[in-house]
Parts: sequence; structure tokens; C-alpha cells
Amino acid sequence: MFYRETGQYKTTYAADRAIFPIRQDRIGIAILLVVAFVVIPLFANEYWLRSVLTPVLVFSLAAIGLNILTGYTGQLSLGTAAFMAVGAFAAYNLEVRVPEVPFLVSFVVAGLAAAGVGILFGLPSLRIKGFYLAVATLAAQFFIEWLFTHVGWFTNYSTSGVITAPPMTLLGYSFESAESRYLLTLCIVAGMAIMAKNMVRSELGRAWMAVRDMDVAAEAIGINLMATKLTAFAVSSFYCGVAGALWAYVYLGTVEPQAFDVLRSFEILFMVIIGGLGSILGSFLGAAFIVLLPIFIANASGLFGSALSAETIAHLEFVIFGGLIILFLVVEPLGLARLWQIVKEKLRLWPFPY
Amino acid sequence: MHKCLLVALAALVLAGPVPAVAQDQSGDGAEQFIPITSYRTGPYAVGGIPFMDGFVDYLKMINARDGGIEGVRIVWEECETAYKPDRFVECYERLKNRGERGASVFNPLGTPLTYAVIDRLPADKIPLITLGYGRTDASDGRVFPYVFPLMVNYWSQNTAKIRYIASLEGGLENLDGLKIANVHHDSAYGKETAPVLAKQAERYGFEVRHFPVVHPGIDQKAVWLNVRRYRPDYVILRGWGVMNQTALKEAARVGVPADKIVGVWWSCAEQDTVPAGDAAVGYTCSTFHNNGTDFQLMQDIITHVHDAGDGTGPREAVGTGFYNRGVINAFVTVEAIRTAMGEFGARALGGEEVRWGIENMELTDADIAAAGAANLVPPISVSCADHEGGGKVLFVRWTGESFETASDWLEPDRDLVRGMIEESAAQYAAEKGITPRTCES
Repeated sequence: MFYRETGQYKTTYAADRAIFPIRQDRIGIAILLVVAFVVIPLFANEYWLRSVLTPVLVFSLAAIGLNILTGYTGQLSLGTAAFMAVGAFAAYNLEVRVPEVPFLVSFVVAGLAAAGVGILFGLPSLRIKGFYLAVATLAAQFFIEWLFTHVGWFTNYSTSGVITAPPMTLLGYSFESAESRYLLTLCIVAGMAIMAKNMVRSELGRAWMAVRDMDVAAEAIGINLMATKLTAFAVSSFYCGVAGALWAYVYLGTVEPQAFDVLRSFEILFMVIIGGLGSILGSFLGAAFIVLLPIFIANASGLFGSALSAETIAHLEFVIFGGLIILFLVVEPLGLARLWQIVKEKLRLWPFPY
Repeated sequence: MHKCLLVALAALVLAGPVPAVAQDQSGDGAEQFIPITSYRTGPYAVGGIPFMDGFVDYLKMINARDGGIEGVRIVWEECETAYKPDRFVECYERLKNRGERGASVFNPLGTPLTYAVIDRLPADKIPLITLGYGRTDASDGRVFPYVFPLMVNYWSQNTAKIRYIASLEGGLENLDGLKIANVHHDSAYGKETAPVLAKQAERYGFEVRHFPVVHPGIDQKAVWLNVRRYRPDYVILRGWGVMNQTALKEAARVGVPADKIVGVWWSCAEQDTVPAGDAAVGYTCSTFHNNGTDFQLMQDIITHVHDAGDGTGPREAVGTGFYNRGVINAFVTVEAIRTAMGEFGARALGGEEVRWGIENMELTDADIAAAGAANLVPPISVSCADHEGGGKVLFVRWTGESFETASDWLEPDRDLVRGMIEESAAQYAAEKGITPRTCES
């Protein structure tokens, strides 16, 4: 009953091609945007904005990036964190060496730099597939981490190898408060998410999916494999690069190469898998799940603080987190996005499912 | 099955925000809140667990023996960081407004964690104590008013190692012509002392070569063969975690004697030497505190905490390297708060007041002896410009069963280090657009 589309006629091609063809979805998204843009900044405290919601958004962006590559194009990558690192360090170096550049421009440059590196490390995908490609992208992961640790130029010869992001000002306004940083991240992430959503519905996105489903067949119907795979790497890395710059600038304000190690790559891969491969919504859900759940468990176990030792709580977090991941994957291997789809289907018939 | 999952998920979403706001504290000024960020999980938990046990045990002891600091009971909350900067930021934000006056002072126990919050401190007015680690150039208090790398920073400590080698060789003039191998963890942390070694090599005329060990350092055969080929007179071990024990074993295998190896304090605990077995006997490393339980303060912990059945960890850990470091960290934190209470009165203090306390902390040998810590820690004297506090470095030798004292409290090359610190701090101030405060008032 909630999702009944009876009576909603599509009278134009534009209506048929809309991102959200059902009115209920449009209303839902509008409410969600109002909540995210207005209600949350008004009511959430600094803790939530700064250390919970901002990283969720940044990870969502990185997960969208990986989802484009792995979920839509079917190219398994373990180099996501490295592309984030490229973005973070590119933005930092541009800002330090050319301080006149507004930071938003340096975010774009961060994306472009990451895209360039992504194309370079995407070249092996033309010859190898699947797990072998994952191993090849692992090389990117280790090489880039090594490069940023060992070549002093990238960290501006900082003795500790940790870079500190310069302050962010735009037209005289300084992005210092938690609200401004959250809104900045939200604007960038929302804008890029809409772009991604449109991209995957376009000819390019369909070419990606064709390559994912069967690359020989895709080639046979006239899709240029090289261009398609490399654009997927470029676009994916662009998203990861911007996410890396946001991580360094907006969230932590500092970054060291080890922050983007292989574990971070795995973390983002898990977000994509748990959220749902080949789904933009899934990227958000997966990021929220992976970031929020440990915080939630830590907070919840704090309520029993006196009964349990700190050590037990710390380990309990791992046990519950791991258990829940397994549970979710067993019950719904297609991820949280698929779960949401099931809910929608159920709500369509509710309350008369038979 | 799906239905159960959906209900569980919905419950999780709805219950999520509840715990974060559920905590509230009474506000009568009778409880001093100290936030604790620990890592009892993750790759460095081996050191993190005894460290945190020591920290918490000391606070428990102060509450049990003295009824708190100057009669103000200490309360604390522990938050798990797993040694991840992002988790630490989450903990920092979660704890910074807890307690009736907010968080008093953070001890992050990790260099990357320190960096992650440095920018936030001035706005939140919360000080950071980084005892023996952290951002070295934060020793310049003019640029970093809220950061205190107390006792000895990495550079000072490393210069003291050269001075220790000189004492073995019979004087600084005998360093000329020595060959020193710097075997270091291949990370930002490991490479941090390279510039200061280069300066010292220039000043004293020794030769230094660097041997990076890839993290985590389980396989070091090739590295130590190269070290052997170099035939160094001394080896500086700047290791971390599992790398240390492997290094000691490999050194013994290629015939580098353990008594020619001088380690950093991250390589200076039972967790590093015991697994290496006989290979570690004679190995020396630098610390900023003494080990063992032969101190009044450690005995008080055993009596008031462990004998009362309130020990945080196993009793055997008391007196070991990491445990004592945790105790020292808590000791310095408590003494800083005590100093601040002398100025602002015996009540719960906020971050800015505790910052004043750390900056004006002066612990002479007599003060330390009165606190039952004679010879456990060196005297500290912090000032507005010098946030390191002029600590000294002690060298301890592994006998196969415990660490014995191998040197006096040695002075680092303070003049050399201070110049580099001011240079580096000035670069940071320029990058961030900070005007250093003047320290004359």
C-alpha cells in the first residue's frame, strides 16, 4: 500500500527516465535530504557531526568509488586506500606549494591525480581478471604506501612523515565548526552520488555492466573493452581520491601514509559487499553499517561498564561485529541494498500480501 | 528469517543514538574526570594492555590511599582506540565533554593518534600529554601551547643513545671513526631520528648507516646480513612490536653481540626480550623511567590495589616495562593536576586549568622522593617555551630475567635538538598560519 504506484502514469519519456520513477521514492528522498541538510545540523551535537556522520559520508564516497569498479564493472580491486592516499597527498601538496589555490579546486585535482594513477594501475585489467587482478591492484596498494613513506617530497620533508592539512577557507569563510564541515562533506558527497547514479544509468554505466556480466559478449556487441575498463578505473579512482582528500582535510585534518594501508582497502571492500554490489544506495548503507556498528557496540557496552572489564568490552566488540557480518551475509548475500528492496516489495502489497 | 533480520536492524537504528546521551554526571566539584584512551585490541595490544593496566592501577591507588588528588576523587572512562587515529578521534569527541568540567587531559599513547587531534586542542582547550612519543617539535611550547611531549622526545632520546655509547667508549672524543648501524622500523616513526643522527654524526665524527626493516618485521635475515657486512661498532635498534624480538634473534645468529645493541623505549620491554631468549642477554635499551617494584609507589599499588583484589591486570605484570610506563604516565598526569589544584583550589578542574598545571609543573628530586618515586623518574621542569620538561634518559640492560640499571640518568644533546625543534615548529607555524605566542610574561 505504501509503494503502490497505481495511478502514476508516465506520459513523457523524461518521466520514464527519471532517477526515481515512483512518487513515494521522490517524497522519501526529499525528506531524507531535508533531514540530512537541515534537521541534523540543527539538532545533532558536535560528537555526532564530527566523529560519526562525517566519516560515514567520506567512507560512503569511497565505497561508491569502489562500487563503480567492483560492483558495476566487475573488476575486483584491493587498491582503494592507495587511491585515497593519492587524493589526500595530491591535495596537500597542491595546497602547500600553491597556497593561492582554493581548497575545492585542490579536491578536484586530488580526484584527477587519483584518476591518473588509477588508469595506470588499471592497465593490467586489460589482460587479467578476477582474483589475479585483485593481486595486481594490491601492488598499487603497497607501492603507493611505500612511495609516500620514502619520498620526502610528498610529505614536504616532514620529519615524522605525517602531513597536516592547511586550514580550509573559501571566500573568507573558514570551515572550522563541526556543522560547516559536515555540510561541506554532505554537499560534495550528495552531488557526487547523484552524478554516480546518473552515470550508471547512462550508456557508460550500461557498458560497465555489460563488461561485468560477460566481457566477450560485450566486445561482440561493440563495446570497446579497453576504454570501458579504463574509464571505470578512472572514475572509481576519482571518487576515491576525493574521498581521501576529504578524509585528510575535513575529517582528521592530518594524514600519514599508514592510515591508508591494505586494511583500509579491505574495510571499504567489506562496505561494498555488505551494502550491496552494484548499488549506490548500498554504498551508503554499507559505510554506515561498518562505521557505526563498532561505535554503537562500544557505546552500548559502556552502559554495562562497571560489570565488564575494559578489555572484555574491547574484545566483545570484535566478536559481535564479526558475528553480525556473518549473519547478514548468510541471510542476505546480496547486501543491505537488496534487503531494502525486499522491504519495498513487501510494503507494496502490505497489508494484504496474498 | 528476513523478518527477524529487518526487525533487528530497525531496533539497532532506533537504539543507536540512545547510549551516547545516556551518561550524565553530578556537578558538585568533588570528582576529577580523566579520559582514558587505550588499545587493548589490534596489532599493538601486547604493549597497550599492560600499559593501560598500570595507568588505571595508579589512579585506583590514588583513590584508595589518598581518597583522590587533594581529596578530589578521580573518575575515568576508558575508550578503545585499537591504535587507529579515526577511532581515537571518535573517542576524543565522545569523552571531551564527559565529567562535570569536561575532559581534563588526554594521553593518546601513539604518535599517529597524537597528530589526529593536535588541530582540535586549542579550540577545545584540552591539553595532551605524550610521554616519550608524539610530535617531537611540539616541545616548542610557543607554537604548541596544548601539547606536552614530556620527559624525552624521540630526538632527545636518540641523542642520549649516542652519549651512552660514548660513555662505553670512554668519552665523546672517542666516537670519532665509529661505525653505527641504525636498524629501524620502516615507517614515519622509524625514520624520524635519521636527521638528528646525521647532525650528531657531523658533530662527533662517527659514521651512520640506516637499515630499514619492513613492517611488521618477521623476516629480517637479509637486513642483518647487510648489518654484518657493514661491521658496525654499535647498532641502534629503533623497532616496534614483533620486530624487536626477531631483530635480537637475527643479530645473535649473524654474530652481532647483544651488548652492542642499543634500543629505543618501544623496544625496551619484557615482551621484546623474553621471546628472544638467550639472544637478548646483555641487550641495552633506553627508557625514561626505572623498572621493577622496588619503589614505595609500586609497593603502594600492590598493597592498595592488588592486595585489595582490585588489580586491573595480572599481578605479575607489575614492575614490567610497559606497566611501569603506564604508572609513570598516570603519575605525571596526577602531579600536573595537583599542581593546577595548588593554583585553582582542590576541586574538579577543566582542560585549560590542567594545561596551566602541566606547564607550571616542577618536580624536583625531593618532590619525587616524597611521592615515593625516587629514582623511578627523573626530575621534570616544564615551562612555557619548553614543553619537554628537561627529562633525562636511563639505560637498562636485560639480564635474562629482568632489566637492570646500566647507566646514570644521562643528559641528551639538548642544544642540538632544541635548534632542530624550533626550526621544525616554525615550519609548522608557517604552514598553519599560527603566530607563536611569546613566553616572557
